[in-house]
Amino acid sequence: MAQMQVDLVSVERQIWSGEAEMVVARTTDGDIGVMPGHAPLLAELKEGFAARIIEPGGNVLGVAVHGGFLSVTKEKVSILAEAADLSDEIDVAKAKAAYDTARAAGAETAEALAELRRARAQLLATGQDV
Amino acid sequence: MAAQARVLKQRVKSVTSTQKITKAQELIATSRIAKAQAAVEASTPYAEQITEVLSALASASTLEHPLLVERPEPKRAAILLVTSDRGLCGGYNAGAIKAAEELSSLLRSQGKEPVMYIIGRKGLGYYTFRQRAIAASWTGFSERPTYADADTAAAALLPAFLAGSGNQAQDPDGNTTDGVDEIHLVSTHFVSMLSQVPQARRVAPMEIEYVEQDTTVSGPMPSYEFEPGPKELLDLLLPKYVTTRIYAALLDAAASESAARRAACKAATDNANDIIRTLSRQMNQARQAQITQELTEIIGGVDALAAANSEED
Repeated sequence: MAQMQVDLVSVERQIWSGEAEMVVARTTDGDIGVMPGHAPLLAELKEGFAARIIEPGGNVLGVAVHGGFLSVTKEKVSILAEAADLSDEIDVAKAKAAYDTARAAGAETAEALAELRRARAQLLATGQDV
Repeated sequence: MAAQARVLKQRVKSVTSTQKITKAQELIATSRIAKAQAAVEASTPYAEQITEVLSALASASTLEHPLLVERPEPKRAAILLVTSDRGLCGGYNAGAIKAAEELSSLLRSQGKEPVMYIIGRKGLGYYTFRQRAIAASWTGFSERPTYADADTAAAALLPAFLAGSGNQAQDPDGNTTDGVDEIHLVSTHFVSMLSQVPQARRVAPMEIEYVEQDTTVSGPMPSYEFEPGPKELLDLLLPKYVTTRIYAALLDAAASESAARRAACKAATDNANDIIRTLSRQMNQARQAQITQELTEIIGGVDALAAANSEED
């Protein structure tokens, strides 16, 4: 199967870079799957959801993206994020606890809402049900 | 004579303990430069990508965003000054503050009122000591800035800019601030280990560069699909771009600060070595003089006694 270059960059560092078969992410308009040869695209990613990068071996890499954009050009796919966590860097128990407390606190202030979305994105990236 | 030797000994001790401080600071700064430079390098992929994305957007959208359009009659201009939290860094802060002062007098001569936003304890101290008005200040992260720090500053500056002069803007804490028409950034640029230059740039409204594209190689710009529309994306991306610019300036300033501190502390350590050498020489001389004098006195005394005894005989 064809492959494409994928870069995952956050503001503070480049988090991941490599070949992939497909990238699945949720934009503000809905889920999108990008495969090699996709038309050039620029999209805003929806807050509080995770993106998945499917590597050539079939290995799925979950990424919790916070404040991100997806850019697809002829040469490569880039995910730009203010911050992002790879699934193997996420502490599931911690994220779960953060999610529960954020749920209990309610999403009234902007800060609480951001916390809730962050925790949800982390849980989704690790493949947990929310 | 004994008193002089003692005083010199005290001075040597005092200089040695100062030297210990400058030596330690020098070593710390040296290790921080490498870290700061690594941080600058780590942040470049994002900066490059966002610039790429913005140029793609710019070709697809009208450039009528407030961050891109010059205001007809700018009245108030914000200056974001980046200084350090600690001293022992030579002319680093003085240079940045001087650049900010020059910029503010230039703005005044153009009929704009400068409004100060300050990062770093040293710059804050300079303005509060002179009892000059400051719109906002942030401290405590000058050596290790994070994106969140840049974001806090941008969250205060951008609403004020978008409101424009004569209007009120809400900052994140719910306070109202007066709007501004321009945002300038004064920070120190890391040229090399030996040279750091304070520089002033305007971050908003942005200056648009038209780059000649080599059409024979890359062909026309690919036609993008946008989700949501190009205008909404531009609204979202431009503030992020400004924040990235501030973040980049903070990182650059952090590297400069460590380099300036290393140079200043190295000079101080070398000077302390010189002083210690001279003082030790003087101290040895004084001690030797004292010994010589005591010997002369004893010999003189013995001679005098011997002379007195021989007269008695």
